[in-house]
Amino acid sequence: MADVSLEVITLVSVGAHPTSGRARRAEQDARAVELGLHLAGNRLQLLHAGNPYEEALRGYLGMGIPALHVLEQPKGADALPVLVDYLREASVQVVLTGTQAETGEGSGMLPYLLAEALGWPLVVGLAEVETIEGGSAQVLQALPRGQRRRLRVRLPFVASVDNAAPVARQSAFGPARRGQIEVQEVEVVDDILLSESTLQPSRPRPKRLKVIKAKTAADRFRAATAKASGDGGQILRDVTPEAGAEAIFKLLREEGVIR
Amino acid sequence: MTDIIRRDPRAEWIARNRLHPLHAVMQAAHTVKEARWMGPNGVIRKSPHAALGFIGPNGIRRIDRSGAQQGGTTRRLGQSQETQLPLHRVDEPAFIIAVVPDMVGGRLSSHDRDLLGLAHHLAGQEGAVLAVVFGEHKETGFDTAGVDRLLQLSGHEYDGYSPEQRVLALRAVESQFLPRHWLLPDSRTGGGELGRRLAAALHERPATRVWQVKDGVCIGRAGSGSEDLTRAVPRLILASAECAEPVSETRHDAIEVMLGEGNTLRSLPRLEDLGPVAVDPALIPMAEAEFILSGGNGVQDWDLFHRAAQTLGATEGASRVAVDDGHMPRHRQVGATGTWVTARVYLAIGISGAVQHLQGIGACDKVIAVNLNAGCDMIKRADLSVIADSSAVLEALIRLVEGYRAGDWKDVA
Repeated sequence: MADVSLEVITLVSVGAHPTSGRARRAEQDARAVELGLHLAGNRLQLLHAGNPYEEALRGYLGMGIPALHVLEQPKGADALPVLVDYLREASVQVVLTGTQAETGEGSGMLPYLLAEALGWPLVVGLAEVETIEGGSAQVLQALPRGQRRRLRVRLPFVASVDNAAPVARQSAFGPARRGQIEVQEVEVVDDILLSESTLQPSRPRPKRLKVIKAKTAADRFRAATAKASGDGGQILRDVTPEAGAEAIFKLLREEGVIR
Repeated sequence: MTDIIRRDPRAEWIARNRLHPLHAVMQAAHTVKEARWMGPNGVIRKSPHAALGFIGPNGIRRIDRSGAQQGGTTRRLGQSQETQLPLHRVDEPAFIIAVVPDMVGGRLSSHDRDLLGLAHHLAGQEGAVLAVVFGEHKETGFDTAGVDRLLQLSGHEYDGYSPEQRVLALRAVESQFLPRHWLLPDSRTGGGELGRRLAAALHERPATRVWQVKDGVCIGRAGSGSEDLTRAVPRLILASAECAEPVSETRHDAIEVMLGEGNTLRSLPRLEDLGPVAVDPALIPMAEAEFILSGGNGVQDWDLFHRAAQTLGATEGASRVAVDDGHMPRHRQVGATGTWVTARVYLAIGISGAVQHLQGIGACDKVIAVNLNAGCDMIKRADLSVIADSSAVLEALIRLVEGYRAGDWKDVA
């Protein structure tokens, strides 16, 4: 459903392999690129802020996009102001990002701050764009537990993509080599975070202990020997199947699972 | 009231001794009114509950047929009441710690409780914990969860998916209460999104995925989870589950507070919620399905079972017996040897509840069991059990749901 008049830009970053830590195309960003290819076809624009000579960036070009625009920045610089400046000029209607970066702070704040700075609405967890017409888009938002919600959002908008979006296509070697990386010099704004806080290899989180706060020996004994079963719920005996089904239906309605 | 039987030996002695001068007076005090009355046909009726007999010294009811004697002790309660936790009271809070719980299904989740525990850790003795709840809720335990002040924002503008309106309301809370810290759960059920929107609106840099807050320093996961970021505690914290111990030793006031008039603006929504979309429940991975209909050995009619799952809109599951007998595919097996499910509602049809199966549904919120055997372990675990034939109950349930849907549809049209 590639739309000829729609201007879509996907913000990409350099990811890290979860086991080896090697640089790669980031998983969610690749899904955002895939979604962008569905929307705009070959006219999808890619934007990265950082080191243009990073080999992993070619992974995105290998998905069939001829060029990637890079705002050159050293490591540890703040990407937000340069991205906002670029997007203000770019006259795009849809900005797609991943949910959070795989390296660095990874707070997941970038799409929110972009939307705030640009004054555009933000769709979180975009799964599918159904239609775009008359200055607004009808999209499906991914919810936990595999659910979907339909939203109508005004153009232009920012959308973040999580693991519910379509799986990214494989990156091909030839197009990845042939693709152009256009470098643009921008003003460097330092991010103060890493100067005042530290990144360390993650420690395993302490397991929560089951503490028994019994005051008396009898209570401690009861807690140690009690079965894990709860206090027992309501039991309906000798009821007609209809009455039983009625009670079940009532509970299902209260819990809101019957739609 | 405790379990210990409080006896009054003197009163018992007087009750036994009909010649005691105080006998008549004490009997009159203990006799319940309406113990005997004249029936419509002129027959004297006696209430068997009100005045018949008395509790003897061993706790056994004794009935004196002579018609004069009454017990000296009153009837004691069978079960012990819950111990009252000490009340933690903050009348004049020096500062406010604001918490916005997720309230999945209208109740505090364990993640929310951990967050309230963290809030109390930050509040200490002087501060008060303010919980901001949107819409209607079903929670009754705000006091024991550690809520000092409760702000309920209800109104149709907060119904459904309304993040922009909610951020506006939280900004009003910010200007009225000036909380020292904002705490939100970093969850996919809404807290993570709302917290980041709020951070962008307040221009605060949040600490995300925080799992420890200690001595003014917080540690949170960074990047893809292979690194930790240690920093000073910021104003806005998005904490992951088990970030702190929940409040368990105190009771709190949970005083209702209101937002000042005119503080809440109405925004023109740029995001319009068009409602949930029907998703094929068979395509949802079982581990994260919200509503599971699970069948076991007690299901005779599997066609009916599949029909019921389709009608209810439930994801199908099965016990190991049903899978071994070939009624259901292996990837539908629930339990320690199959999938550990996290459903909010688990409807078990004809499953007796082997230990492995009960382990697999340990994270489920509400369990409903339909079984013929009232003594099985599943009934002990279930919140609602129906002792009846599974096929008849399923058929009745299908009829009910279809009737409900038809009626609903007619209302809309």
